[in-house]
Amino acid sequence: MSRLLDLRLLTVAGSLLCLVLGLAFPWSKTPLIVGLCYGIAALGVAAMVRAGQVSFGHAMYACVAGYTVAFLARAWPQLDGMLLIMGGIGTSLIAGAVIGVFVVRYRGIFFGMLNLAFCMVLYSVIGKVYDVTGGTDGLRINRPTVLGIAFERDGFETALLIGTLGVAVVLGVLVQRYFQSASGEALAGIKTNETRLEYLGLSARKILWNGYVFSAGIVGVSGAMFALVQGLVTPDIGSWLRSGEFVFITILGGSGHAIGAFLGAAVFELVKLFAAAYMTGIWQLLLGATLIIVILVAPQGIVGLLLQKSAASKGGGGH
Amino acid sequence: MSLDLLLLAALDGFSYAGLLFLVSLGLTLIFGVQGIINVAHGSLYAFGGYTAASLVIWALEKQAPTWVLLLALVLAALAVGAVLGGIIEIGLLRRVQDKDPVLQLLVTFAAFLMFEDLQRLIWGATPYSSSEVVAKLGNISVFGVTYTRYQLLLIPAVAIVCYLGLLFCLRRTRLGKQIVAVAHHREVATALGINTKRIGLITFVTGAFFGALGGAIAAPTTSLVPGVGTDMIVLSFSVVATAGLGQVTGALITALMIGLARSIAVYTAPEMEVAVPYLIMVAVLLVRPNGLFTVAQARRI
Amino acid sequence: MAALVHTEGLYLAFGGVVAADGIDFHLESGERLAVIGQNGSGKTTFINICTGFLKPTRGKVFFEGRDITRMGPRHIVRLGMARSFQLPQLFLEHSVRQCLEISAAARSGRLCFLTALGRSVDSREIEHTLELVGLRERADEPSSSLPEGQRKLLDVAMALMLNPKLLIMDEPTSGVASEDKHGLMATLMCALDERQVTAWFVEHDVDIVSRYATRVVAWTAGKLFADGSPAEVLESEVVRREILGTA
Repeated sequence: MSRLLDLRLLTVAGSLLCLVLGLAFPWSKTPLIVGLCYGIAALGVAAMVRAGQVSFGHAMYACVAGYTVAFLARAWPQLDGMLLIMGGIGTSLIAGAVIGVFVVRYRGIFFGMLNLAFCMVLYSVIGKVYDVTGGTDGLRINRPTVLGIAFERDGFETALLIGTLGVAVVLGVLVQRYFQSASGEALAGIKTNETRLEYLGLSARKILWNGYVFSAGIVGVSGAMFALVQGLVTPDIGSWLRSGEFVFITILGGSGHAIGAFLGAAVFELVKLFAAAYMTGIWQLLLGATLIIVILVAPQGIVGLLLQKSAASKGGGGH
Repeated sequence: MSLDLLLLAALDGFSYAGLLFLVSLGLTLIFGVQGIINVAHGSLYAFGGYTAASLVIWALEKQAPTWVLLLALVLAALAVGAVLGGIIEIGLLRRVQDKDPVLQLLVTFAAFLMFEDLQRLIWGATPYSSSEVVAKLGNISVFGVTYTRYQLLLIPAVAIVCYLGLLFCLRRTRLGKQIVAVAHHREVATALGINTKRIGLITFVTGAFFGALGGAIAAPTTSLVPGVGTDMIVLSFSVVATAGLGQVTGALITALMIGLARSIAVYTAPEMEVAVPYLIMVAVLLVRPNGLFTVAQARRI
Repeated sequence: MAALVHTEGLYLAFGGVVAADGIDFHLESGERLAVIGQNGSGKTTFINICTGFLKPTRGKVFFEGRDITRMGPRHIVRLGMARSFQLPQLFLEHSVRQCLEISAAARSGRLCFLTALGRSVDSREIEHTLELVGLRERADEPSSSLPEGQRKLLDVAMALMLNPKLLIMDEPTSGVASEDKHGLMATLMCALDERQVTAWFVEHDVDIVSRYATRVVAWTAGKLFADGSPAEVLESEVVRREILGTA
């Protein structure tokens, strides 16, 4: 159980750090929120990786949620931010449920490709329908009230930081509990032996669909909050490149534990900031190099390394 | 839709398909033989384009004749294919040979990200134009519609030459047969004494050349900016996935189909133009996940 | 009373090979049926058809009088048939204990989303089953680390966790060390009797068959050709010649 304590400590310490940094350096709020959003999105992707399936199109759910927030905010400017986010989660869950019906019939590379295809259809259409979506320019989102209070820029960002942090912790805990539940372990069983699941009377498709809808909703949350903090939503929120970055972070952090998504996102954002500080225009270079190193040296991600260390000290194997 | 428009669309589509096929050819060849989806193929396209444009601009300053300009395009592709292709295969792919296919893909994605930045460092963000090459070849009139010779004749010609050349190599030469053997079953090929490492390198560099050639040939028709690789890789991937990973002739047919569908969309429903390849991809994958031209295999337990 | 399982005219061919050639078969509740036959004679194919993994081109399968020919494995398992495989089908990244826990959770048909797996099942039952198949000491190790014989045991245990009416075991003792075979079968049969589970197992070891089966059927080239008590079938000349390879 000492490992569990370590993780809880890590979560609390990490959250406090985010808050302290955000309050001490107001400029850091946006990168922190963005980083948390990426972490949340990676959490969604991790749910599928758990079943051995990698989706290269999950950014489409961030896209659905983000544009929902934009449409709602433009139609009803008096709507509170919380309601906007709820709206975004709602549409991404519905989209996930519908698309999920199709994609859960496929495995491996086909699962990945079909998700990519859906993602690109959405991205292409949104980028072209200028009258509705603003095309590649996107849509502006005016600052909504948060829980009824109309904040100035700084206060709004603080509220968002606290909100995103809260959501990140709650979702992290929920996802980890899901992973360890009967449903989540059966989901992991899809990776190693679907035949066995069927012969236990379980529907692998149903289990995968459940996980898929959940993952879509999670990515939707990240998209909604991302759109709010940027005050703008563009098609890039749902590009294949963005989907790839989510997968990147999931693998970097490791999908063995929910906290992996946030560890990966932390490294991702740190490398970006580091690169920006020294020389603009090399963050992709550094990120690419980081990913390659991680894949070569620690393919199970940071979490994998941590699990290995704790297993070695306990002297046993296990999951 | 009037006949004129249909003709316009058909010829547009034909030209576009040629380019699409050329880029997809490399991607599907690499998958067919090495089982890897090479996301860095987009970088090969972009580097091929930029290198070609740079070479052409330099050659134009030296008042080079048209055939030299065209040769420059091919040379640029050869250079990029060999150098970049070699770096990726030897420096990266060999190290992840036995890993999970998703990790292999991610490694190529990481390489793609790195090359995107390298490209920007080398060539900057200002658009590169080499359209003089197109102008030098002049125009041609087909049934009253004017096209540039470059787009209507040269691009499809290059695509067809590459296709026939590859098929000839695969079916008639010893090297080609070895490649096919490795594609079918790597282990058995090794057991037969084929140097799979060498074959892997040759195949990859060839595929890289095709990708770079696509970029080089496309360069004079457009102005090169950062991000050209990003769009092209996912587009060519849609062709490859729809045709079936590893299907060379299938990719040709699919490229034609998508090219035609897209150009019809340009004239009938322009907002859907960019989405058309992906709509086709979704439709095909839902019905035949292995692609249009792959023969499905039964599952055994 | 209707037979637990019965088939009528089951026929299936793969290309030129007839794997099931008009099989009429029945199994009564409470029997311990041993199925013998050479490799490739159709024993596993028949199990695959009866459990819904393969569909026959002709014929029907019934379970407790109900036509299950077109049903998939999932539904058939829910009706009360469970099976273990020639090649053990385990959750390789899960521990031994977790494999059993997932089976136990599957039994109820509803999987929790928030309660931990270990807490959503009856741990005493899990412990009891672990003890039964002798896997208590290795319970927390990954199932992939088990040697072949113990993998088989885990496979059987997972099927047993479903509390089925019928347990089909495809070569349960192959891979188990010879000195352990009898002990294992004795324990298994005892457990099955206790829970009133009918047993149907494919077996190559003649000793095991004669000791633990109440009925034996022999298979050859997709056809059932001997059916009776162990004494009758194992002594029969045809069986000795065709299947056992002894004169």
